[in-house]
Amino acid sequence: MEASSEIIRELEELKLKKAEIEHRISSLKAKLQETAAAAERCDAVSNGYSYPMAAAAIEHGLGHGLSPDQIYRYSRQLLLPSFGVEGQASLLKSSVLVIGAGGLGSPALLYLAACGVGRLGIIDHDVVELNNMHRQIIHTEAFIGHPKVKSAAAACRSINSTIKIDEYLEALRTSNALEILSQYDIIVDATDNPPSRYMISDCCVLLGKPLVSGAALGMEGQLTVYNHKGGPCYRCLFPTPPPTTACQRCSDSGVLGVVPGVIGCLQALETVKLASMVGEPLTERMLLFDALSARIRIVKIRGKSSLCTVCGDNSSFNKQQFKDFDYEDFTQFPLSAGPLNLLPTESRISSKEFKEILQKKEPHVLLDVRPCHHYKIVSLPDSLNIPLANLEARLNELSSALKEKEDGHVNTGSCTNPSLYVVCRRGNDSQRAVQYLRESGFDSAKDIIGGLEAWAADVNPNFPTY
Amino acid sequence: MQLTLEFGGGLELLCDSEKIHKVNVDLPNGADDLTMKHLLSWVRTNLIKERPEMFMKGDTVRPGVLVLVNDCDWELSGQLDTTIEDKDVIVFISTLHGG
Repeated sequence: MEASSEIIRELEELKLKKAEIEHRISSLKAKLQETAAAAERCDAVSNGYSYPMAAAAIEHGLGHGLSPDQIYRYSRQLLLPSFGVEGQASLLKSSVLVIGAGGLGSPALLYLAACGVGRLGIIDHDVVELNNMHRQIIHTEAFIGHPKVKSAAAACRSINSTIKIDEYLEALRTSNALEILSQYDIIVDATDNPPSRYMISDCCVLLGKPLVSGAALGMEGQLTVYNHKGGPCYRCLFPTPPPTTACQRCSDSGVLGVVPGVIGCLQALETVKLASMVGEPLTERMLLFDALSARIRIVKIRGKSSLCTVCGDNSSFNKQQFKDFDYEDFTQFPLSAGPLNLLPTESRISSKEFKEILQKKEPHVLLDVRPCHHYKIVSLPDSLNIPLANLEARLNELSSALKEKEDGHVNTGSCTNPSLYVVCRRGNDSQRAVQYLRESGFDSAKDIIGGLEAWAADVNPNFPTY
Repeated sequence: MQLTLEFGGGLELLCDSEKIHKVNVDLPNGADDLTMKHLLSWVRTNLIKERPEMFMKGDTVRPGVLVLVNDCDWELSGQLDTTIEDKDVIVFISTLHGG
C-alpha cells in the first residue's frame, strides 16, 4: 500500500513538472519568435536594404499601438469592420477579472486570453478534481490535486504568452474583494453560489464596474450584464435571496459539461464587447438557455430599481458596510458547511460498524434514500431504494421488507428483530430519514455516518464515488 | 382564454417535470380581466403538484423566481396587476447559481 502511494505521489509530481516545463517551452518559443522577428528587422536595416527612416517610424508608429506581432496574431479580428484595429487596441488596454476557474470560468478564460485582453486576473481557491474535467476544460489531468488558478493561468499563458495574467489563489471575501476588483475594468462572475453572487454584485456597484454574470445548472443556463449604463444590479432583480432549498449545486444536481461551456463562451463574448466598446451589451436583458429543447430566449428585464438597497437612489450602502456584511448569513447559504448533526449517537453507526454487521450476517434491512438516478450509478448490495422525497408514501414497502427479514429469521430460530440501517451519499439525508422513521415508529432505524462516501473512504476504497 | 405557461430553472420539477403547459384559464367570476394575481393562484391550484412553497410565498412568487409576460419582466407591466390576454406566454423561471 505504502509503496504504491509513494509511486502515485511521484507520478503526480512528475506530471506537474512536465506541465510546467511544457509551459516554459511554449513561452520561450514565443519569446524566441519575437526576438527573431525584431532581429530580422534590424538586419534589414543594417544590410543596406534599409527602409527609409520614415518607413521604420511607420512600422512602430501606426497610431493604434499594435506591434507587428500583435497585428499578425489578432489579424482575423482586425479584419472585422465592426471590430477592427480600434476594437483590438481597446481590448489590449483593458483588464478583466474572472472570478471562478470552473465550468463557466474555463471557456471564458480561454477565449479572453486568446483574443487579447491586456490583463487577465483569475481568482479561485479550489483545486482541480477528476470530476471537474468533463466541464472545466481549461484544466488538464496533470493538474489534478493542484490549484485551479495555477492550472488556468498555465493554460492561458500557453495560449497567449503576450498578455499579463494575475493569479489570486484565495477565496473572494468582503475583506479582499474591494482591493482586488478595483484593479480591473470588467468583472466576470463565474462562481457557483448565492453569497458570492450578491457579494460580487454589491462590490461592483460600489466600484462602478460592469458585471458579466453567468450561471448554469443541469441543462439550463442564464446570462446577463449587471450594473452597466443604468441597468439593474443583481439586487435590483433579486432583492431577497431565494430559500436555500432552491439553490442547487452542480455537485448535487448535476450539469451537462457543454452547458456551462456555452454560457462561459457567451460571458467571454459580452466581456469582449464591453472591453472593445462594440455592439449592444446584454444589459436590461437576460439570455435563458435551455439545452434540452435547444431554445435560447432573450427577455427584457427591469432597469435599475430606485428602491434598490445597494444601487438605488436613497441607498447609503458604503465600503465599510460592505466589509462588515455577512453574505453567508444573508443568503442562509454557508460556504463551508460542516456535516449535519441531527441525531443522537445511539441512532447512528459508522461504516466500519456496518461492515461488521454484514460480516456477522446480522438480520437487517438497508434502506438507501438517494434519488433513483443516484442509486443506478452505484449502490450497496441487498439495499432497498426509497428516495427521501417518497419515503412517507412508501413506508409500507419498508414495513414489508422488515417483516420478510423477521419471518426469515424466525425459521432459523433466532429471536432478535431485524435492524433498519439508512444510507445516502454523504450522510445528511440518511439522518433526516432516520429522524422521520423514528417518529413514525421505526425505533431501530440508524443512519450510517458519512454515507457511501464514508463507506468508500473507510471500508472499501474500490467502491465508486461520484 | 388560451395561455402558454412555461416553467424553467428547476420550477418544472414542481409540475410533473413538464416545462410547457398549454392551458385554458377562465376569467374569475364577475371580473373583466385576468390578472397575474389570479393566474398565480390558478397555477398553484391546477399545475403545482408538490412543494408549493417552492413556487409561491404569500400571494406572489417566492424570492428568486422571475416572471416574464411575453418575454418581458413583469416588474415592467405591473407585477400582480398585470393584465393577461388571450395567447399570452408566461414564463416562470428560477434563478440559477451554479457554475
